[in-house]
Amino acid sequence: MIETSSSSVSWLLDVRNLTKRFGGLTAVKALGIQIAPGTLYGLIGPNGAGKTTVFNLLTGQYSPTEGEIHFDGARIDGRKPYEIAKRGVARTFQNIRLFADMTVVENVLAAHHLRTRQILADAVLGTGRHHAEEQETLERAMKLLKIFDLDRVADKPATSLPYGSQRRLEIARALATGPRLLLLDEPAAGMNPQEAQDLMRLIAWLRDEFRITILLVEHNMKVVMGICETIQVIDYGEAIALGSPREIQQNPKVIEAYLGGG
Amino acid sequence: MSVTNKLLATLVIVALLAGVNYIFEYGFGDFLINPYYARIVNLIGINITLAVSLNLINGLAGQFSIGHAGFMAVGGYAATYLTVYYGNRIASFVGSTLDAGFGASVVMVLSLLTGAVTAAAAGLAVGIPSLRLKGDYLAIVTLGFGEIIRVLILNIPAVGGATGFTDAIPITNFFWIFAMAILTIAIVRNIAVSTFGHALTAIRGDEIAAEAMGINTTRYKVLAFVISAALAGIAGGLSGQLFANPLNPQNLNFVKSIEVIVMIVLGGIGSITGAIIGATTLTILPEALRTFDQQFPGLRMVIYALLLVLFMIFRPQGLLGRREFSLSWLRPRNRQTAGAGGV
Repeated sequence: MIETSSSSVSWLLDVRNLTKRFGGLTAVKALGIQIAPGTLYGLIGPNGAGKTTVFNLLTGQYSPTEGEIHFDGARIDGRKPYEIAKRGVARTFQNIRLFADMTVVENVLAAHHLRTRQILADAVLGTGRHHAEEQETLERAMKLLKIFDLDRVADKPATSLPYGSQRRLEIARALATGPRLLLLDEPAAGMNPQEAQDLMRLIAWLRDEFRITILLVEHNMKVVMGICETIQVIDYGEAIALGSPREIQQNPKVIEAYLGGG
Repeated sequence: MSVTNKLLATLVIVALLAGVNYIFEYGFGDFLINPYYARIVNLIGINITLAVSLNLINGLAGQFSIGHAGFMAVGGYAATYLTVYYGNRIASFVGSTLDAGFGASVVMVLSLLTGAVTAAAAGLAVGIPSLRLKGDYLAIVTLGFGEIIRVLILNIPAVGGATGFTDAIPITNFFWIFAMAILTIAIVRNIAVSTFGHALTAIRGDEIAAEAMGINTTRYKVLAFVISAALAGIAGGLSGQLFANPLNPQNLNFVKSIEVIVMIVLGGIGSITGAIIGATTLTILPEALRTFDQQFPGLRMVIYALLLVLFMIFRPQGLLGRREFSLSWLRPRNRQTAGAGGV
């Protein structure tokens, strides 16, 4: 069990006793997660450990059976996904969910929508505020795409991109919502070791550049060891270890979960 | 475009429409427009309003509504009702009559406004419960809604019941029909290219991802649905008050809704220019095929249906697909790359 009685309010994300049951199956069991601002936090576990369920709980896709989720001091469990996104939590998806039939830049523009100040009447009437903001949004979107080396394919259909580029576009899109906490669901899935290493370096850089906190889900332990300050391991929906990468590597429970009890 | 340019463009459009309207009604010297052709042109205008407005919800937002005829009926009957029962009073209040241009225009504006507001209210009532859900519920609810409205109208004697609203006063003309068509195109186009349009297309692309990116999907779907319904209500108000074209519940059943859907599918769903082309083609085609009726009565609709089937086999994405017909290829490179030049 992870200690969940912490009274500290300095956590950006504070999850206590999080439980999710689907009928008879307990996917997540009494899980606690505490993330300080600015941390790169890794949540790892073997396939089927409940990592994506945790993500879906944090972002409001599911509401928890039990437990509480606090983000920046406010309770967000049971809130709608768009409300949670508005508070500053953005995510990527394990199975890529880009907006079909939209170009690369339009995908990012759609996510910028959250930070828009104009109202619908501005768009319908084509006011000066509308044009100024659309221009500003486009410039910000192109800047973001440049970071991910996607600016040259900005006008291509998003789903026509190679797999690795689609993953990077998902991260760019999530950043466009202006998040304080970025949740990445297996961002390196399907990438070769070199691509995965490059991506991890990019993620660490993003954290410093945008001053955000990142929660990274990954089942490949090697990928996260290099960049995460704190790693939590879950198996069968339960936390089995928490600590620095070095501590995790030497933890017998983790080795057992990954390699089997023998 | 600056504000002065916009005003100037509006004035030019109004002057042009008024000019053509004059020719339609009084001819040009000795030359008179064949009223049959004038009527087809007017119906094209009404169908453009219907198709472009349906494109907002069915094309841009990717929802499937088959209730457009229902909203057209609600707005159309409300608008016509206002003119029939209060038109004279309103006209005399502004010191004119319904026969005079000024009085008729004031009543027309008020009646179209009434049509838009009532249809929007109906859109809100239908949209809020059914658009919260993902999937095909909207299709079922709108289908039911259209039938409920039709049966309700059948049983209201004040609006003519089954015989149709034949008391309608024909104050609709070319000017109002095309002014409203242009207004509809402008509204839908401005929404489509704005960040709201991107939000709607994002919902069409992936509703779960859209929600995770902070887009309140229910709110936007309802908003698009209500705007679409209001514009259909305007089309109904125009249609019902056109000369010898009274609203009739028999013509406002779900077949009418399907007809509008066929227009936008034919043009290329999601494309505004496609909807305009689809509405124009499908208004002219059945009329152009009338020549067959003289020799073989009934053959007209067989050929019409056959043409549609063949069209969908050979061009399933519609005439324009999702693209817009534009002259932008005449200009160097497109908007997006040009806009990013400063970064």
